[in-house]
Amino acid sequence: MDARRKSEPTPMKNRTTVERKSERELVVTRTFNGPARIVFEAWTKPELFRRWWVPKSYGLTLLSCDKDVRVGGRYRLVFSHPTAPNPMEFFGRYLDVTPHSRLVWTNEESGDNGQVTTITFKETDGKTLLVMHDLYPSKEALDDAIASGSTGGISETFEQLDELLVTLGASMG
Amino acid sequence: MVQHSRTGFDASFAALSDITRRGVLEQLGRADASITDLAEKFHMTLTGMKKHVGVLEQAGLVTTEKVGRVRTCKLGLRRLEEEAAWIERYRRLLDARFDELDMVVEELKRKEKADGRKKKE
Repeated sequence: MDARRKSEPTPMKNRTTVERKSERELVVTRTFNGPARIVFEAWTKPELFRRWWVPKSYGLTLLSCDKDVRVGGRYRLVFSHPTAPNPMEFFGRYLDVTPHSRLVWTNEESGDNGQVTTITFKETDGKTLLVMHDLYPSKEALDDAIASGSTGGISETFEQLDELLVTLGASMG
Repeated sequence: MVQHSRTGFDASFAALSDITRRGVLEQLGRADASITDLAEKFHMTLTGMKKHVGVLEQAGLVTTEKVGRVRTCKLGLRRLEEEAAWIERYRRLLDARFDELDMVVEELKRKEKADGRKKKE
């Protein structure tokens, strides 16, 4: 037993990528060192989900987590944060539930401007690639989501425009 | 990043390919201005200037805001940088979540193995 445990390699930390794929889309990818059925279970069972969705380092508390994971079923998450006067609520409903491979849900807390989130779980050699795709109803809705989370305070100069063009050029390769 | 960058890159270059539009950016680099101000400064019709500002706005280089009857233009670079900063903050939040999910996955894997052994016995 002990010998086998020692022979298991230390799991390597996998990279999380986030990309604005188009004016209305945001795409997140991450690989997990486990089969899709396990990652799917950790996402859909509230008692497992609440253990990881609220990172300890962010000072958030998950007050409640309800998930009725089936087509048409609803979910509701309620968070509190020491700096927020009121609890924050996130809720919506599931549009598609395909065990171990696909989940689609709406995000309705911001009215009609909410995105539709699709996550897919793709297993290869015991590892699972998770792709999370957010589709916003319009360019403005995604711009607003970004702007509301911005802190601002960046000065506007032509030097920065030059830097930006260099950065964009460098990432084209 | 490739697809989005390329789109932004092309749009930026198309917008910058015109001498008037480069002049408008330079002008807005000094101070915000209304479309009427810009049209006068560049000896153009209001409609002509609106078109140029529209191209710059599409490329994210300029933002406009209408207050009363005046549409004010300002450099839009701020928005692009804020977007990059927001994406990085969002990425870090998800990364922190997924690090914890890694631990849940490891635990479930160990549990499955243990259960599997129990069933065999």
